[in-house]
Amino acid sequence: MTKAITLALSLLAMPAWADWQVNMTEGVTALSREIFDLHMLIFWICVVIGVVVFGVMFYSIFKFRKSKGAVSEHWHENTTVEVVWTVIPSIILVAMAIPATATLMDMYDTSEADIDIQVTGYQWKWRYQYLNEDIDFFSNLSTRREEIVNTAAKNPNYLLEVDNPLVIPVNKKVRFLITANDVIHSWWVPHFAVKKDAIPGFINESWVKVEEPGVYRGQCTELCGKDHGFMPVVVEVKSEADYAQWVADQKAMKLAMAGESAKEFSMDELIAKGEGVYNKVCAACHQPGGQGIPGAFPAITGSPVATGAIEKHIDIIVNGKAGTAMQAFGQQLSAVDIASVVTFQRNRLGNSVGDSVQPSAIEK
Amino acid sequence: MDPRQTQTKRLALRLATAAVAMFGFGFALVPLYEVFCDITGLNGKNFSQGPTDIARIDGSRTVKIQFLTSNPADMPWDFRPSVRSMRVFPGEDKQTAFYARNPTDSWMVAQAVPSVTPSEAAPYLHKVNCFCFDRQPLEAGADTEMPLVFVVDPDLPKHISTITLSYSLYDLTESQKVTQLTLDNDKGRASL
Amino acid sequence: MATVDVDLPHVKEDDPHHHGPAKGLGRWLYTTNHKDIGSMYLIFSLCMFMIGGIMALVIRAELFQPGLQLVEPNFFNQMTTMHGLIMVFGAVMPAFVGLANWMIPMQVGAPDMALPRMNNWSFWILPFAFLILLSSLFMPGGAPNFGWTFYAPLSTTYAPESVTFFIFGVHIMGASSIMGSINIIATILNMRAPGMTLMKMPLFVWTWLITAFLLIAVMPVLAGVVTMMLMDIHFGTSFFNAAGGGDPVLFQHVFWFFGHPEVYIMILPAFGIISEIIPTFARKRLFGYSSMVYAVASIALLSFVVWAHHMFTVGMPVVGEVFFMFATMLIAVPTGVKVFNWVATMFRGSMTFETPMLFALAFVVLFTLGGFSGLMLAIAPADFQYHDTYFVVAHFHYVLVPGAIFSIMAATYYWLPKWTGHQLNETMGKVHFWLSFVGVNITFFPMHFVGLAGMPRRIPDYALQFADFNSMASVGAFIFGFSQLVFIYNVIQNVRAGEKATAQVWEGAQGLEWTIPSPAPYHTFSTPPKVD
Repeated sequence: MTKAITLALSLLAMPAWADWQVNMTEGVTALSREIFDLHMLIFWICVVIGVVVFGVMFYSIFKFRKSKGAVSEHWHENTTVEVVWTVIPSIILVAMAIPATATLMDMYDTSEADIDIQVTGYQWKWRYQYLNEDIDFFSNLSTRREEIVNTAAKNPNYLLEVDNPLVIPVNKKVRFLITANDVIHSWWVPHFAVKKDAIPGFINESWVKVEEPGVYRGQCTELCGKDHGFMPVVVEVKSEADYAQWVADQKAMKLAMAGESAKEFSMDELIAKGEGVYNKVCAACHQPGGQGIPGAFPAITGSPVATGAIEKHIDIIVNGKAGTAMQAFGQQLSAVDIASVVTFQRNRLGNSVGDSVQPSAIEK
Repeated sequence: MDPRQTQTKRLALRLATAAVAMFGFGFALVPLYEVFCDITGLNGKNFSQGPTDIARIDGSRTVKIQFLTSNPADMPWDFRPSVRSMRVFPGEDKQTAFYARNPTDSWMVAQAVPSVTPSEAAPYLHKVNCFCFDRQPLEAGADTEMPLVFVVDPDLPKHISTITLSYSLYDLTESQKVTQLTLDNDKGRASL
Repeated sequence: MATVDVDLPHVKEDDPHHHGPAKGLGRWLYTTNHKDIGSMYLIFSLCMFMIGGIMALVIRAELFQPGLQLVEPNFFNQMTTMHGLIMVFGAVMPAFVGLANWMIPMQVGAPDMALPRMNNWSFWILPFAFLILLSSLFMPGGAPNFGWTFYAPLSTTYAPESVTFFIFGVHIMGASSIMGSINIIATILNMRAPGMTLMKMPLFVWTWLITAFLLIAVMPVLAGVVTMMLMDIHFGTSFFNAAGGGDPVLFQHVFWFFGHPEVYIMILPAFGIISEIIPTFARKRLFGYSSMVYAVASIALLSFVVWAHHMFTVGMPVVGEVFFMFATMLIAVPTGVKVFNWVATMFRGSMTFETPMLFALAFVVLFTLGGFSGLMLAIAPADFQYHDTYFVVAHFHYVLVPGAIFSIMAATYYWLPKWTGHQLNETMGKVHFWLSFVGVNITFFPMHFVGLAGMPRRIPDYALQFADFNSMASVGAFIFGFSQLVFIYNVIQNVRAGEKATAQVWEGAQGLEWTIPSPAPYHTFSTPPKVD
């Protein structure tokens, strides 16, 4: 019933947010512009061929109809004509293949890069590790659940926004080393014309040199399970100075987080923080109310893990559960986040165990 | 049986045999894929392992070798290269190591699976001594350094100046436990 | 084209050697008659088309607006997977086999298929296989949800329990196709009437001969790849598992080695059908018969060496990408030749536009559009921007829906009067055509745009800039979907009633099937006709 009402309401409320983009983007790199030009070249060749072929066809439909008195002629072969229309398309294809091959070669430039970033696809988020700095973070979809289930209006970057975007400098060659944690994913930013499959156990590389600062959004482009449509790619391209500042800020934040982990938090502080973590990270599978999905994801409410020994509860969050979809969040969440979400799960969602854990007690 | 029927039965048998042969071909594609990749180096997996007889060092250029690690399927170990990258002359023997630590509270066994990019470079990266595919057991809390000795072939094409070697660390504990149990059982029986 | 000298008295119904069909359910369960089996395949295919179509409407209903309104993402993935599997293996392929069963014996002047009892088996294992596949929707964990292309390790390590039943179903469908192909090849090579040389056969027979060889070559490879999956899932092997030294990309190579010829398997019989219909309604012989045959043969051969164009973003070295790009572009040449020859057949002909011809003409235009997007996809560097987006979805739906499906509808309307003995209701046929034509274009043309604009495939929810064209596509899908009810009505009506059809049915029709009465007697060509 709720679904029917939601559907009906959404039919009525069709705001003019969407646009009518019909073509690929030219992008912001020399390579993306090359690819766009190639795309348009092939497109126009097809248009011309289509106009000629369909022209003859529609002319025939119009002119050679029995109702207009047309009488069919009796020829049914002509070797010359056949040779001509085999050779001419072949020549056109060769003409297409030359710029196509040249562009392909340009894409495979393996010369040294200024920055190397390891990109790892997870179900259902991306991890970015800057190989020349000690920067390592996860990038999750940050669109609120309310927008997805139609109880709140959708913001302009709906489904294309993340908590921690990838940040790179403009005009520098950035090399991406792409792999995956579980199944095959694929990393794509249309404005860069970079798309590469992320294959578990294997490493792929791609590169980009962006010419314009800005924010560029892409998505995962290989079916990877339930939330394949919910793991976007967001790249912020900053000026060199801004990028240097960002790197410094990341390092400072890391120090600050280490400091945080040593602090003592009150029960209320832990629970409040834990709720935020739960909704962002856990609710997708365990559901906002903690009820889980029977047969797929266990409930937190009344769970023997969440109401039992706290060490086991922490262990399953930090190290995951092999053979299931429960990931090891030790890599993805800070000690503060883990302590908070453990405390939240044990004292909310229908549970009231009464205990808590401090970040300093989380060993990873 | 009239001749056409015999012809038909014979043809049908031949076609059925062809179908069975194609099923076999499907399976043959697995080793064929390996062989093809080995000869052409096309999937970055055909590194040569073991000692080489490279005699010369090419001092005219350096190659950057980059080391990456990955813990697929949430493998909980700490696993990182001791150096992120190094510059080498093609032909010179180099050594590095990878650090691994088991932070959990149980005994585990891991296996490192290598991958190289660009794939054209794979045949030119000789791993003289490597821990690839070795079973690495670690007690709870223990750590280790796994060595890698390698040399870049001087015949590496000139346009390649960076080679990235990545290891993915997989957890083999469950399958190893089965093997261990079998071994223990055998030992138990032998001691009776 | 063959001219025919048929001695009609030999095919009288009261021929003492033949009885009419048996009565009751047993007739259908045990029949070895190619007409009965052909009808069963066609009815089965129509049912599967409806089921697959309902799944498509679930998909398009969810995608009508941004946001998740109707289904959970996991169920959405089950819908996209099952829609693909059912349409490919349950609708398109069985329909072409049904048409082959009905028409090939009559078109070559044979009394039945070469192996009639195996023919019965080939059909009856299909409903069994699909019962297994469809029942997986109700299993714990749900139906297969990893795409009809079922890449590992999503379809092995991370698959729901139903994957084992999926593998079982695929094996059975494969066995059905292989047996059917053996039958078709044996019939065509061994049972043609005297005087019908290979180069006098109707083009529908030629395209099926070549398709049958393709099926024998690649269905076993599909069986191999799902067996490897089974072994990885249940027997601890590591074909596709990197942990054990395997390679997920190996899966893609083996799958697409089957997969690419498979899509030609789904279009070559369509080419044959169009090559029969256009000459009939243009009242002019097919232009360039021999080059049409050579073109189909070259397309079939080339189809074996282009598979990795489905894998341009997987990390192949540049040499591989270049080879597959060139080989794929090459297929455009024989395909183009066929389109030119169809147009040349129309040129200076004398055309009328009955329903079969409308579908055939729409095929020529819209399949060619699909061919253009295919050519664009072949350009490897550009493909990095198209791969796994709705641009690909647009491409393959154009070649499969106004391509293969329209050809099946064209064939049905063309040969229905021969099967039932009743003339077509032209008005209703045209209603079905125009609704389908409009529906199919409103559904799939906008997908080119959203794909280029950046919308990936296989997602249940999308960013706001894709909303307008998605609404349009969903409206089109419902129009197209509901228009198929007109098709069902037309078929059922024609079976039950209509003006009596002559043997010739269509003024310009040529071929052995038009020399026997309408409806075709239960047994035809018990004595082979003389062909010169």
